[in-house]
Formats: sequence, C-alpha cells, structure tokens
Amino acid sequence: MKRWLPSLPLSLALFATWLLLNQSIDPAHLLLGAVLAIAAPLLARPLQPHGHARIGRPLALFRLLWRSAIEIVRSCFNVSRIILFRKADGVNSQFIHVPLELRSPHGLALLSCLINSTPGTVWVELLPDNNELLLHVFDLHDEQWWINTIKTQYEQPIRELFEPAAVSGEHP
Amino acid sequence: MSPADALPWWAALPTALLLVFGGVITLVGALGLVRLKHFYQRIHGPAITITLGAGCILIASMLYFTVQQSRPVIHELLISAFILMSAPVVAMLIMRAAVYRDLRAGRLITGAEKHDAHRSGGEDRERT
Repeated sequence: MKRWLPSLPLSLALFATWLLLNQSIDPAHLLLGAVLAIAAPLLARPLQPHGHARIGRPLALFRLLWRSAIEIVRSCFNVSRIILFRKADGVNSQFIHVPLELRSPHGLALLSCLINSTPGTVWVELLPDNNELLLHVFDLHDEQWWINTIKTQYEQPIRELFEPAAVSGEHP
Repeated sequence: MSPADALPWWAALPTALLLVFGGVITLVGALGLVRLKHFYQRIHGPAITITLGAGCILIASMLYFTVQQSRPVIHELLISAFILMSAPVVAMLIMRAAVYRDLRAGRLITGAEKHDAHRSGGEDRERT
C-alpha cells in the first residue's frame, strides 16, 4: 500500500484536479484520473528530496487556511487604502527580521506561501545561520507587532501541524 | 436574447457586483504600480490583484456559469489553487533578485537594512 500510494492526500488531490479539469465523472475519466493519481507521485518521487509531508490534523490545516484567507482580505483593504489615499512618501516600507523556530521544509514552504499571498508582506529570504526570516513590510508601524503576529498566527499553528513532536516537547 | 439576459436577477446582481468590485481592486493594484516610489513598494501592488481581485472575478464566474448551465461549475477553483501556488514563488524570486542586485551594486536597501547590518554583525558582507 505504502509502496504504490506514498501519499494519499496527494493522490486524492491529483484525482480531484483531473476530474475538475475535465468537468466530468465519466467512468473513463475516473479511470484516467486514478492512473494519474497513482503514476504521478511515483514518477515525481525523485523530485521530493524531503519526502511527502505528513499532515496529522487536516482540520487544523483548514482552520489555518481559513484564518489566513480572512487576514488576506483584510490586508487587501489596508493596502488599497494606502495606495489610494496616502502620499507615496508617507509609506514606511521596511525590512524586518523575524526569528523563526520552524525548521520543517514543508512548514516553511507553507509559511512562505501564506506570507507572500498576504498583501503588504513579502518574504525575502531565510538567513541560514540563525534561521531568521528577512521580511519586507509595505507599511510598518510596529516591528514587534509584526513579529508577534507572524509567530502566533502563522508559525505556531504550522509548527503544530508539521512538527508536533518538537512543540509538545517544549510545552509539556 | 443573449445568455446574460436569461440569468435571474438574484444571480445577476451578485455576479455584477463581484465583477465590478474585482475590477476596481485590480485597477487599484495597477494604480499602485504608478503611484508608489520604490521597487520594494511597488511589489506589494499586484498582491491585491492576485488575491482579492482574481478571487472576486473567479467567484463571479462560478456563480454565473453554475446558474446559467444549471449544474455546478467549480473548475475555477483550480485557477485559484494554481495562482496561490505560483504567485508567492514568483514574488519571492523577484524580491530576491532585486535584493541581490542592490547588494551587489553596494546600495544599502533601506535604513532598516543598515541598522540590521550593525546589529547582526557583517551579515551583509557575507551575503554579498
């Protein structure tokens, strides 16, 4: 089972993608989708040096995505307001450093996608020596507020998803 | 009679509102490219276009075709999924290219960067 289906969520996602692309649940498309769902992860396995992500609690992932979606819409309005009504000179764009404890490559990938999808923040890079994130903020008011927000709103839930052992070790 | 006329008003109204709102948001994002001063500010303009602007237009499309064809049409979800997977990566690549270009040219990017170079001891030198 493990050998032919290395990651069930990945296979299910590919299967659903195929059916959505073809907008059909014909038996022929079900069959083709199943072939794709089984073959593609096997063929792409050498491209996954870190292996497949294991998500223990899908519900927590959806909660995180839902909260991020609300945050994205809120930031959209903030950024639009700044573009429309603020003088361009008055926008305080800054680089800030956010120290991260998250190490899991899948978790970091998710974090970077969420941060970059949120208007007003762009991930620049992860400094390798001290695991600090260099982040560009569109309109900075309070550096500490941004650091706290990213650590509690994003990093903590992602660590609980991808590094449950490390998190429970810290808070026994 | 065009297909749009056949749409009942309760579907036509939200579709129109979503399209107008998505269009306005997209326009604001483009306006950001014109109004903002530096590259590092301009990179934030298109972010609202790809999230809220594209989102509204895709929801409008789903609503319109679902009602018009009397069957669920939700393959627009794939477009949003692909946007949300590719746009952040592109933003990061462009941002890093700009930062490395500025570091190579010896320009410090902002006041914050100078401050950080003092604080964390020659990290700029190492990255250059």
